[in-house]
Amino acid sequence: MDKPFAITLDPGSSLANHTGSWRTFRPEYVDRLPPCNAACPAGENIQGWLFHAEAGDYEAAWRSLVENNPLPAIMGRVCYHPCEGGCNRQHVDSAVGINSVERFLGDEARKQGWKFAPPAAPTGKRVLVVGSGPAGLSAAYHLTRMGHKAVIYEAGPLAGGMMRFGIPKYRLPREVLDAEIKRLTDFGVELHLQTKVTDVQQAMKDGFDAVFLGVGAHIAKRAYIPAGDANKVLDAVAVLRGMEGHDAPMLGRKVVVYGGGNTAIDVARTAKRLGAEEAIIVYRRTRDKMPAHDFEVEEALQEGISIKWLSTIKEAGESDIMVEKMALDDKGFPQPTGEFERIEADSVVLALGQDADLSLLENVPGLVVEGGMIKVDAGMMTGHPGVFAGGDMAGNERTVTVAVGHGKKAARAIDAWLRGEQYAPLPKPEIATIDRMNSWYYSDAPKTMRPVLDIIRRQSTFEEVLGGLDETNALFEARRCMSCGNCFECDNCYGVCPDNAVIKLGPGKRFKFNLDYCKGCGICATECPCGAIRMVAEEN
Amino acid sequence: MSFQPVKFYQTGTFTVGNRLLPPEERSVQASTKRFNSINSGHRACQGCGEALGARYAIDAAMEAADGQVIAANATGCLEVFSTPYPETSWQIPWIHSLFGNTAAVATGIAAALKVKGLTQNPKTRVVAQGGDGGTTDIGFGCLSGMFERNDDVLYICYDNGGYMNTGVQRSSATPPAARTATTMAVGLEPGNVFGQGKFLPAIAMAHNIPYVATATVADLRDLEAKVTRAMELRGARYIHILVPCPLGWGTASHDTIKMARLAKETGIFPVFEAEYGEVKAVLAIRRPLPVEDYLRPQKRYAHLFGKTPAVETIAHIQALADKNIRKYGLQARKEGH
Repeated sequence: MDKPFAITLDPGSSLANHTGSWRTFRPEYVDRLPPCNAACPAGENIQGWLFHAEAGDYEAAWRSLVENNPLPAIMGRVCYHPCEGGCNRQHVDSAVGINSVERFLGDEARKQGWKFAPPAAPTGKRVLVVGSGPAGLSAAYHLTRMGHKAVIYEAGPLAGGMMRFGIPKYRLPREVLDAEIKRLTDFGVELHLQTKVTDVQQAMKDGFDAVFLGVGAHIAKRAYIPAGDANKVLDAVAVLRGMEGHDAPMLGRKVVVYGGGNTAIDVARTAKRLGAEEAIIVYRRTRDKMPAHDFEVEEALQEGISIKWLSTIKEAGESDIMVEKMALDDKGFPQPTGEFERIEADSVVLALGQDADLSLLENVPGLVVEGGMIKVDAGMMTGHPGVFAGGDMAGNERTVTVAVGHGKKAARAIDAWLRGEQYAPLPKPEIATIDRMNSWYYSDAPKTMRPVLDIIRRQSTFEEVLGGLDETNALFEARRCMSCGNCFECDNCYGVCPDNAVIKLGPGKRFKFNLDYCKGCGICATECPCGAIRMVAEEN
Repeated sequence: MSFQPVKFYQTGTFTVGNRLLPPEERSVQASTKRFNSINSGHRACQGCGEALGARYAIDAAMEAADGQVIAANATGCLEVFSTPYPETSWQIPWIHSLFGNTAAVATGIAAALKVKGLTQNPKTRVVAQGGDGGTTDIGFGCLSGMFERNDDVLYICYDNGGYMNTGVQRSSATPPAARTATTMAVGLEPGNVFGQGKFLPAIAMAHNIPYVATATVADLRDLEAKVTRAMELRGARYIHILVPCPLGWGTASHDTIKMARLAKETGIFPVFEAEYGEVKAVLAIRRPLPVEDYLRPQKRYAHLFGKTPAVETIAHIQALADKNIRKYGLQARKEGH
């Protein structure tokens, strides 16, 4: 023992002192559900693909995206992006432009010629998909990925359904649509055009193990309007479909559109582009009651389309129509006032909603039709075993994104059904709400506005209205994502622990807690920007 | 400003690390190779701001000096919780001084290194550290001497506003109106007196030493940049770090960093750096807040928010914060693109 004066013990390390025994609460890493993902009707893992885009790895981002949705370039143009409505960033500055980044990835994939990863080994099962709209394409894609043979029968001359025959070109250029459909057929989806299915039961007997129906809703609803000249009252579906033919519909100089949905807006904007001097939308209620999306109404108004609120059409004459003014009652329903007005009009287009053509389902036992829509269970299966349905024919919310979501869900249920199992969706984790996050850490960065086509060019051409982002601002926009509820390896927990009780596992591997020393102070959880740590009470 | 914030990388430089930044632009604390100068197993309370601040500062100093640092440590929380004989959490050469003579001990170490010719290559550097009691009260004479002689020592004060490990007694750094064991919340003017204040960074600046800075545990990148800058200079240097104390302040253990952030954002604690007695840069307020947001979560100010809130006292504290904002130019400015 050769120790200095008054020293009797060797120096020891505090590592012998396991301060973890002080703990009453224990930190745990969690993955919460980001609100964008929770809001996405197609069930995209938006936070997941933005994570790759943030790092500039667009191909990985696109591959992550197409695990759930095979149509990103289309989606980035026509989706009404409920994800952005849910985005937590709106509580910081403004929502992340998810839709514009999705479009950038979709366009990048077209430019670079990215293909889907090869499907699973063939199962030998064949599934008939009726209709090549977004629901049918999505179902066929997911079935193919799982190794099933998906065969689409499309009654029309071209694939795409309402994406081609309902959505105007200025919102969805056809080369984009064609490219994404071609990628699907290259992937192994079999597509038969001009093949109308008239008898589902017969089709099932012709060598298919299951059927997915996505025939859409193409029959325009009518309203009785006394008209002197019946030729001048048209329906919106026919007008928009006519745009895909060689001869554009003749609408005249003054066009009145009747209805308040997105289709009414589409027709009015199409009429303006076809050269109409005036395009007037007649709608029986007020703007806040209008089912059309507000930004589309705004774009239409910017293009010089006028809207007559609180009006119904009573009759259509030779060169004008008679409208009656309405007033909302205390329940918010429009009631006639007895006040009339004449408006000049060369044609009237009815955009009052659509019904599905369900004639192919006649005599199929077990099917239930309610309110013009086919009834399906949680796995999109109709009352007839093995027959599934989705898209406009099976839901009230009729958007491309909802249809894509239906197709995916149905594909999973079909897969389970083919294996004789019951489809059970995975339980969803709790939502990463803004109060579970620490927004201090996100640097201020307002949303990048997509370039909007000049008003003049918009009114006269069918060029796309919204431009795309370029590489630099797409990267910027992606980096505005706050990665709600999912660790993005910012090292905060590793840095802020006063006890060095967080172990950094390296890039992509996240972190773990050293419970020998963690005292359970909870600083890591409070200072985690994205809310990926929670404190749980220790049992003893 | 020695620290240039990075924008647009999701969190920029607000977080400890950032996978989108190249490794050389990340903080010392983000690295798996950081020194962990004060290691696990220390006996600081849950959520101790001082344990955190000490690791931030000494790790940065170690990084700047290639691991060649000797520290002198005043008596106080930091010494007590890190080194109960014969155990220690320190992974650097570390000397425990008396309560009041740390600056003098550090001066002695620096002189010894010089005599032994060890200040050149490898260049061993000397850091002295203590709490606000050991610095602003008991060790003040020695510290002033160290400044005046311009001894080659970086002195770091971890300010938690009182003598915490002995049972939360008042120090000259205890803020006005705060309740401590020796300034009870009773009488006509409950809590600590308003007094004249004793803001040691300003006193250090009055010595015209090469470098004086303040920092908090809520701004890691700023703190590391200041320690790194201080290590580049020779002579007497002083860094004053605000380290919230859950025990003495009566705050939740998980709110330590949040409290430091609130102290800075309300203007209660000005964050700046000065060279040779002149302020060179300040950390501006990012999201301005009234002092009430800082005071209310702390039990040591609970008497201000009883049935009849002490409106005048709160206004007085607000006036002090406003004065800091004016004096140091802390007003929020628009974050650039």
